[in-house]
Amino acid sequence: MVAADVGFAEASWIMVVKSLVIFAVILGLVPMILLLERKLLGRFQARYGPNRVGPKGLLQPLADVVKLLSKEAYKPDAAVPILWAIAPALVILSATATLAIIPFGDVADGNVGLYGIDVSIGILYAFAFGSISFYGLLLGGWSSGSKYSFMGAMRSAAQLISYEISMGLALLGVIMMAGSLSLVDIANAQADTIWYVIPQFVGFLIFMVAGFAETNRPPFDLPEADAELVAGYNTEYGGMRFGSYFMAEYMEMVVVSGIAAAMFLGGWHGPGPDWLGPIWMLAKIMVLICLFIWVRATLPRLRYDQLMSLGWKVLLPLATLNVLVTAVLVVVT
Amino acid sequence: MPDAPGLELIAHEINSRHEGAIVGTAFEHGQAVLLADPGLIRETLGFLRDEPAHAYRFLASVHGADYLPAAPRFAVHYELLNMPRVERLRVKALLADPGDDGLPELDSVVDLFPTADFQEREAHDFFGIVFRGHPDLRRILMPEDYVGWPQRRDFPIGGEPVIFTATEDTVPGWTR
Amino acid sequence: MNPTTRAPDYADTVRTPEELGRDAIGRTEAQVIGTSPIERTAIEREEELFTINMGPHHPATHGVLRLLVSLEGEVVRDLKPVMGYVHTGIEKSCEDKSYWKAIPFIERMDYLAYYSNMAAFCGAAETLLDLEIPPRAAWLRILHLELNRIHSHLVGLGTSALDLGAISMFWYCFRERDTILDLFEMSSGQRMHTRYFQVGGVAEDIPVGFARKVREFCALMPGRIAEYEALLDHNEIFLQRMKDVGIVPRERLLELGVTGPLLRAAGEPWDLRKVEHALPYADFEFDVPIGTVGDNWDRYRVRLAEMRESVRIIEQAVDGLPEGSWIADERHVVLPPRHELATSMEALIQHFKLVTEGFRVPPGEAYFPVEGPRGEYGVFLVADGSAKPARVHMRDPSFVNLQALREMCVGGYVADLIANLAMLDPILGGIDR
Repeated sequence: MVAADVGFAEASWIMVVKSLVIFAVILGLVPMILLLERKLLGRFQARYGPNRVGPKGLLQPLADVVKLLSKEAYKPDAAVPILWAIAPALVILSATATLAIIPFGDVADGNVGLYGIDVSIGILYAFAFGSISFYGLLLGGWSSGSKYSFMGAMRSAAQLISYEISMGLALLGVIMMAGSLSLVDIANAQADTIWYVIPQFVGFLIFMVAGFAETNRPPFDLPEADAELVAGYNTEYGGMRFGSYFMAEYMEMVVVSGIAAAMFLGGWHGPGPDWLGPIWMLAKIMVLICLFIWVRATLPRLRYDQLMSLGWKVLLPLATLNVLVTAVLVVVT
Repeated sequence: MPDAPGLELIAHEINSRHEGAIVGTAFEHGQAVLLADPGLIRETLGFLRDEPAHAYRFLASVHGADYLPAAPRFAVHYELLNMPRVERLRVKALLADPGDDGLPELDSVVDLFPTADFQEREAHDFFGIVFRGHPDLRRILMPEDYVGWPQRRDFPIGGEPVIFTATEDTVPGWTR
Repeated sequence: MNPTTRAPDYADTVRTPEELGRDAIGRTEAQVIGTSPIERTAIEREEELFTINMGPHHPATHGVLRLLVSLEGEVVRDLKPVMGYVHTGIEKSCEDKSYWKAIPFIERMDYLAYYSNMAAFCGAAETLLDLEIPPRAAWLRILHLELNRIHSHLVGLGTSALDLGAISMFWYCFRERDTILDLFEMSSGQRMHTRYFQVGGVAEDIPVGFARKVREFCALMPGRIAEYEALLDHNEIFLQRMKDVGIVPRERLLELGVTGPLLRAAGEPWDLRKVEHALPYADFEFDVPIGTVGDNWDRYRVRLAEMRESVRIIEQAVDGLPEGSWIADERHVVLPPRHELATSMEALIQHFKLVTEGFRVPPGEAYFPVEGPRGEYGVFLVADGSAKPARVHMRDPSFVNLQALREMCVGGYVADLIANLAMLDPILGGIDR
C-alpha cells in the first residue's frame, strides 16, 4: 500500500515556476489540439482542413484567437450582467485548477515534483472543480436571457448529475486497487504491474463515456447541440467570452485524458529512460484526445431521454457492479 | 383520366344528386375538367371523394387563377386524383369579381381534404379569394401585414419597395 | 417512451370568419398585430408551455423556415410553420417572361430538384402545344431526372445526418454530389440551374465522353451508398434516433396530400414514374422501394434504396439511349440548329423571332405532374394564346408535405423535431417560390 507523501513540500519559488510552466504548456497545447482536431476532422471527412494561414495552416489557431480577441464584447439586453460575465471565467478557472493534479512524472532529483500539486484527496479535487465548471455552463445559459441558452443550461445540469456519479464510481475500482486517491500514487502503483486498463477495463470504458459527457463532446454535446439549440448555453456569447468556453472545453478534454492516462494507462510510465516520462504522459493524453476527435467525426448525437437512460440505466448499474466486483476481489486477494 | 363520355356521365351523376352543381365540362389535351358551381363546391368535391364509383380521394393540388379579361374573373382549381385507377380530374370553380373592395368567396374544403389547408391559404394570399370556414385563413407566403393580392393580373410587376433596416420606420404600421 | 400523436379532428377546428373576427379584407387580428394563434393559445391554455421561435435563422431548418414551437420541457406540444421568407414571386415573374425564358425561373423554385421543375413546366407547355418529344430527348430527360434525384437525396441525407450530429456524412454525401454536378456541368455547362430541358426536348445533345463519365459514376455510386450504410445502419445511436420516430399513419399522409418518399416510407407504393406515362419510364426496369411503419428510419431507408434504383435507371438510360434528334423538329417552337443560321435566312429569322418574342402557345390550361425527389411536382399552366404564360403554378411537394410536420412532431422530443424536419427534407425555395 502506498500513500500520498503529504510531508513532502517544495520551495515556494519552485511551485510558482512549476505552475507557470504547466500553465504555459497546457495553454500552448490547447491551440495545438484545436489545430489537430480540425486537421484530423478534415482527413476524416475527405477534405484538407485549415491549410491557408502559415505553413500547412499551422498558424490557424493564432488567427482564430486574434479574431476572437478583436471581436466586440457584445451583451444581450436580457442578460444578467454580473453572472453573465462571471460564467465563462468560472469554466476556465475550474479547467485550469483541475490541470494542477495531472502528474507528468514523479518527484525528480528529490525536490521537484513533475505535477502541479499532489493532494491527498487527489481525484476528489478534480471532481470538485469539475462541478464548478458546470456552474459556469448553468449560469452562462441561464443568465444569457435566451430560451435556447436556457434549455442548454437545463440539459447541462441534468447531464452533470447523471454522469458525475458514474464517473466517480468508475474510478473507485482503480482507487481500491491502488489504495490511494493521489494520482501520483496511482500511476506509481501501475509501474511494475499491468496498467489498470486491463483489470479495470469496464471502469475505463465507463470513465471515458462519462468523460465525453462531462466535457460536452459529441455524442453527448446536448447542452450545445448545434442543430437543435444553436450552441445552447453559449448562443449569446461572442468574442473572447465564447473563446473562454471554447478553450475550457479543450482544457477539460486534456484533463479527462490526463486523468484517464494517469489512472488507467500507467501515467508517465513507459519503456525507455526516466526522462521520457513526461513525453509518455503527453503522448498518452494525445492518443486519448485523438479518440475524442474520432468519436466526434463518427457518432451522431444522442437524444435527451436516451442520454438520461444511458446514464442511469446502463452506466450507473454497470459502474456499481464494477465497484462491487473489484471490492470483493481486493478483499479476497 | 376519365374519357370525354365518362366525364359527361360524372357531370350528369353529380347534377342528378345536387341540382346545378356542375355547369359544364371540358376535355382538352387529354385532361378532364368539371366546371363546378362555386356555391356547391363542397357537395361536388364531397361527392367525388365519397362516391365509391369515383373515389377521387387524393387532392393533388389547389390553385387559384385570374383570367382577367374574362367575365367570371377568378377560378379555383382542384386537381383530384384517384390513385388506384390513376385518374386525374380537375374541378374548376369560376368566381366572379364582386367589384369595389369585395373579395370573391368560396367554401373551404379543408375538412374534406386536409391538404387544402396551406394551398387555400396560398390562393387567398395571392388572389384574395376568401375560403369560408377555413380554420386559419391568413397570408402564408406574403408578409402578414401586406396589402394587395399580388398574383392578380392587374397587380403590377415591380415597384415593390425594398425595406432595409435604415428605412423600416417609413413603413406604415412600423413599431419598434 | 414515445408519446403517440393524436390526429387533430379538423371538424372541431373549423370556424366561420365571424368567429375568427376577420376584418373587411379577410385579415384576422393576428395578421394585423402580427401574433400567431399559437402564441395566444399557449398563454391562455397552459402557462407551463415554453414557446420558442425556431428560425428563420436556425441551422436545422434547411433554409429560412420558421417554426413556432410550444415546448413542455423537452416535449413538443404544438408547432406552427411560418414561411414566406424567401418568397420571390417566381410564379408572378413567369407571367412576364416568354415560355422559354420562364424555364430558368421555374428551376429556381426547388433548388435541389431543378430538373423536376423544368420537366413539369416543359411537360405542361408541351401538353398545351400537343408536342411530342423525340425518344432521345425523353431518355435524356430521364437520365438527368434520375441524376438529379440522387443529387437531391444526397444533400438531404448529408444535412439530415449533420442535424443528428453525424457531421462526417455531410462531407461524404457532398463529395458524391459534386461528381453529379460535374456531370451536369458537362452536359449543360452549368452545375446548378442548368436550364437543360427545353420545350420540345433538351437544349443540347450530350457531349462526347458523357456516357463514359456517367458509367463511371454508376459504377462508383452503389459502393458509396454501401459506405453510408456501413457508417449509419449499424450505429446504435443513429438507430435509436431514427426508429419509431415521427410516425404518421398512411391514411393520414394521404389526406394531407403527402407524396414522394415520405408517403412510400409509410407503405403506399405510389410513384408517378410507374403510373404516369408522359416520360417513357415504362421502358425501364426499376423497383419502387417502400417502407412499413413510416418512421424516420423507413424514410431514410427508402431514400437510400431510391438512390440505388436511380443508379439502375441511369445505367439503363445510358446503355439504351436511342439515336436521333434530341429536340422535336417543330420549327415554330424550337430554335433552328446552329449551323443553319449561317446559311439560311429563314432559320435566322426564325431564331430571331423565337429569341425575342418566343413561341406562342394556344389558349388552354394543363396540369402536368412529375415525380421528383420530394414527391409530385406539378405545374399548372394557363395559356392565353400569347407568347407568355397567363398563370404558372407549381404544386411543390415540400409545401404540401410540410403540413405533415406538425403531426410528426407533436408529442415527441425537440430533438426528434429536428430529425423529423430533416427527414421531411423540405426545400424552402420550393415552399416559398
